[in-house]
Amino acid sequence: MLLLTCPWCGPRDETEYRYGGQAHVPHPEDPSALSDEEWAEYLFFRDNPSGPFAERWCHSVGCRRWFNVVRDTRTYEILAVYTGAAPDSSIGRSGDSSIGAHA
Amino acid sequence: MADLPPAHPTWLWGNPDPRPSYDAVVVGGGGHGLATAYYLARNHGLTNVAVLEKGWLAGGNMARNTTIIRSNYLWDASAAIYEFALRLWEQLPEELDYDFLFSQRGVLNLAHTPQDVREATRRVNANQLNGIDAQWLDPDEAAKVCPILNVSPHVRYPVLGATFQPRAGIAKHDHVAWAFARALDAMGVHLIQNCEVTGFVKDGDRVVGVETTRGRIGAGVVGLVAAGHSSVLARMAGFRLPIQSHPLQALASELYEPVHPTVVMSNHVHVYVSQAHKGELVMGAGVDAYNGYGQRGAFHIIEHQMAAALELFPIFGRAHLLRTWAGIVDVSPDASPIIGPTPVRNLYVNCGWGTGGFKATPSAGWVMAHTMATGEPHELNRPFGLERFITGALVDEHGAAAVAH
Repeated sequence: MLLLTCPWCGPRDETEYRYGGQAHVPHPEDPSALSDEEWAEYLFFRDNPSGPFAERWCHSVGCRRWFNVVRDTRTYEILAVYTGAAPDSSIGRSGDSSIGAHA
Repeated sequence: MADLPPAHPTWLWGNPDPRPSYDAVVVGGGGHGLATAYYLARNHGLTNVAVLEKGWLAGGNMARNTTIIRSNYLWDASAAIYEFALRLWEQLPEELDYDFLFSQRGVLNLAHTPQDVREATRRVNANQLNGIDAQWLDPDEAAKVCPILNVSPHVRYPVLGATFQPRAGIAKHDHVAWAFARALDAMGVHLIQNCEVTGFVKDGDRVVGVETTRGRIGAGVVGLVAAGHSSVLARMAGFRLPIQSHPLQALASELYEPVHPTVVMSNHVHVYVSQAHKGELVMGAGVDAYNGYGQRGAFHIIEHQMAAALELFPIFGRAHLLRTWAGIVDVSPDASPIIGPTPVRNLYVNCGWGTGGFKATPSAGWVMAHTMATGEPHELNRPFGLERFITGALVDEHGAAAVAH
């Protein structure tokens, strides 16, 4: 059971949250201009690193607000909790950003 | 004073040092990797082959799954590849001369809501059209198949009926791996353990070998068969996969007298249960929500599946949990596997089996071997290529595959 600290409500058990997958994946600015390959990237391809991963969580049975967490996917250790942009690009962009990064 | 331990039985396979190069290298020594190497040798005459395993043979998901084998999938492409696997399972004990206790005790997939009933009856019809032995049972008929199943209408989610596939069953997963490994060793295929792939050697856009913790190994073709770690390998090779890795937990009880004659799965209350030959009740459920490579999950998931199991099987109320564990499963967007070429020439991938790869071990190996040996997908894995995420021709088994993912 993870103990996640909601930026607004404080530390709560994992069961109070909903997982939202990779953070910092913006909606395409001009969807109609995307190729099929770019749509596939946006819809289906997410980073999946073994190590630090910037991800979204929603305090779904509490304040219902979304926030971001950097968590090590090997140890499950929470490395950072923040709202808005990544606090440190070196831990926030853990995956391969050379392909399909729209940020 | 302790007695001397018994002598170690004869090793079933050797522990060779890697050669400088092979015609084909399979990365991953789990069930699918071993089956791939087996069919490379058996069907394509390739025996200058190595299986590279970063840990020990079949120590990942092959030792962690709940051993259920069935083929009652909704879509034609899925039904074809899983039913082909089931037919191979039916002949493998004799072919490999190894009794790995494949027991065709059937599987019940329970329906608890009107929508479950609609989904289930539709799936039975689709299965029958695909030549798969599926039946629809009412609650009393389901209770005849599994007498300890609680079909009382006075529970939160009463059983409204079930699909039944009599040819489904379970097998002893470790022994399946050992059977393949022994056959491979006899054919001269190298099974190389404690050999982690750390990079890929490329000539232009073509893979020509792998870097490993035991040195560089050349390869004519390379197959990635690494389940939950596929994304990590793909990234090393310079491409991405639409895969998210999650912990999937399972558990076993202490040993009990035989009480459970079949396999029972329930989407809605979300648990699946069988009883192993030795007597443990073996149960699984859904993945932990977050991405993880830790081979462990949270206990609230176990608590939830135990609650579901108790509603279905009140007789388990005094059973003791013996141990829980997790494997890392590679979940794809449409809950279907990805088998075929990659953006790197001569590099092929078999992944995305998610929570249900064990049952497909033989056919996954068969079609992966075909793809690696010929450079072209087999008819059975043609619908399962990476390109389907661009064309949109998904094989959407989410909620259709008789288990919620």
